Amino acid sequence: MSKTMEPDLHEPSAGIPRPSAQKEWKHPSDHWMRGFILDNRAALGTLAVFIVMMAVFMIANPTVFTTWYLYRSVLTTLPVALFVVVPLVFVVTCGEIDLSFPATMGFASWVFALVVQAGYDPFLGIAAALITGMLLGFLVGSLVVYGGLSSLIATLGMNFLLRGLIQIINEGKSMALTSLSDSWAYTIFSSQLLGIPVQIFWAIGFVVLSAMLYNRHRFGAQVRVVGDNPDSAQQMGIDVKRVRVKVFVFVGIGAALAGTFSVMINFTWWPTAGDGYLLPVLASVFVGGTPTWGGIGTVVGGAIGAVTVSFIQTGVVAAGLSGFYVQFFNGLIIILSLLGHKWNQARYR
Amino acid sequence: MAERLIELRDISKSYGQVYALGGVDLSVDRGEVVGLLGDNGAGKSTLIKILSGVVKPTSGEILVRGKPVTGWSAARSREAGIETVFQDRALAVQQTIVRNIFMGRELTGFMGFLRVNKEIEEASRLMREIGFTSKVFTPQSIVGQLSGGERQGVAIARAIYKQAELIVLDEPTTALSLTETAKVFHFVRQVRASGRSILFIGHNIHHVFDIADRFVVLDRGKVALTTDRSEVKSAEDLINFMEEVAHPGGLAGLHDAGDAEQRAR
Repeated sequence: MSKTMEPDLHEPSAGIPRPSAQKEWKHPSDHWMRGFILDNRAALGTLAVFIVMMAVFMIANPTVFTTWYLYRSVLTTLPVALFVVVPLVFVVTCGEIDLSFPATMGFASWVFALVVQAGYDPFLGIAAALITGMLLGFLVGSLVVYGGLSSLIATLGMNFLLRGLIQIINEGKSMALTSLSDSWAYTIFSSQLLGIPVQIFWAIGFVVLSAMLYNRHRFGAQVRVVGDNPDSAQQMGIDVKRVRVKVFVFVGIGAALAGTFSVMINFTWWPTAGDGYLLPVLASVFVGGTPTWGGIGTVVGGAIGAVTVSFIQTGVVAAGLSGFYVQFFNGLIIILSLLGHKWNQARYR
Repeated sequence: MAERLIELRDISKSYGQVYALGGVDLSVDRGEVVGLLGDNGAGKSTLIKILSGVVKPTSGEILVRGKPVTGWSAARSREAGIETVFQDRALAVQQTIVRNIFMGRELTGFMGFLRVNKEIEEASRLMREIGFTSKVFTPQSIVGQLSGGERQGVAIARAIYKQAELIVLDEPTTALSLTETAKVFHFVRQVRASGRSILFIGHNIHHVFDIADRFVVLDRGKVALTTDRSEVKSAEDLINFMEEVAHPGGLAGLHDAGDAEQRAR
């Protein structure tokens, strides 16, 4: 009732922070749950988007979304994306971007396929693929960091260059790897456990380890500081260039794992292996709540983002809409997520 | 004579054709407070960046405790016990206070994983030590939420964490309020009392005059004057000297205006 009186009293101080505003600055250590929510707001926001999206799909077609088959197919392919989404969170936090990972996936899995086809143990193939991924990551990273190139353009160029090399040498021919099906490596990395594809366990392990690396390890701490303020990091004695190269090497490792897992799912290596992952993986990182400006990010959010993105296609079709709707929903989720994160996260300068 | 902590000999730095420093000597003894003065563009910041290893000199020699060093870098400088509070404070504002205090010097245990609890403990001890008594902030607050003075506090806390032997303060009172400035000087006296050295870079001669044992005046990349405090009668003498160096032949009018300003205070 006093509403009509109040504006006069408050008008002069409208631009000045009032004492009550001080309260919002207080770090919410008063309750662990508030602290948890504030510390993980980006990841929790992504989770909320995912839950709402799934709820809409389930309401649209309850029968399909209660069958296990649908989830099993997603759980088989999702790990491939997770292996690259997570390292990309590091790259984006570091203030860079890497668009060369699809070609690295193709290249590393090609080495894997060559080793397996030559009759060696697939474990040796995996090791060779990992080394290839690391070397390619180091190459791309060195080019960007020591060459002083824009990572956006340089990695785009490297993606074409490496893919082009694969195409020139293989002339478009694929490689069938039927011997894989009765190998130990296949049982360990690509079979099913209690009806659940084992890939997802490896991927979850990878996500958890990477999240610890990001939040609780010197590497993650330096990646965040370098992405936040590279000049300050350098002034405090951090080898900024080395940290930057390391994140690209990490992407190389992730891409090698992703490529190898995708080959093991299909028993076949294609010269295009990895190509389809470029945009969904990038979308996952940003849907997950890692901002583009560097310094902060969330590994778990990125993983939930990957889950969200991989359910869009399946969900849209399963909900009874035609495949033509997939791209529309992809875009819708990306835009809505970005708006949500902008509202959810303050940017400090 | 006290031990010579650090010595820069004949340091030159050129950016292409432009000389920022042309053969500068600077030394700091143990327990000494040195005031580095000079006009804008005199080369103070470049000299500090060379001392802290951020910028490599074009030529010259750096000696730590009498021994020449090679491969001087920011990391080496910190290892040698030199901590710098940079003019821009060198903070990562989206990170927590803890992460800033331990930037480049993370406390790690098993396989490089952070000892988070130990870091938080140390950070809160440091914050109390520099008079960061506010209950509003914890070591896990984001630096971007802090005011200018509080951010300076974080930068200073970082500098005193390891018992650094030389603390370099580059224009530490720029853009600070009076109370915050007073806090910085209180801190400088504390450090001097503990027997450590300070290299204080300031544009306000009156501030530097109060606390320094020795002055070094830079002018256009060269040392124009090195003098003990006892040899200078007053801050005005120093101002007069600097004006004389900057504008040989005198700028009488400017001088008077400066005096008038002093009297007004």
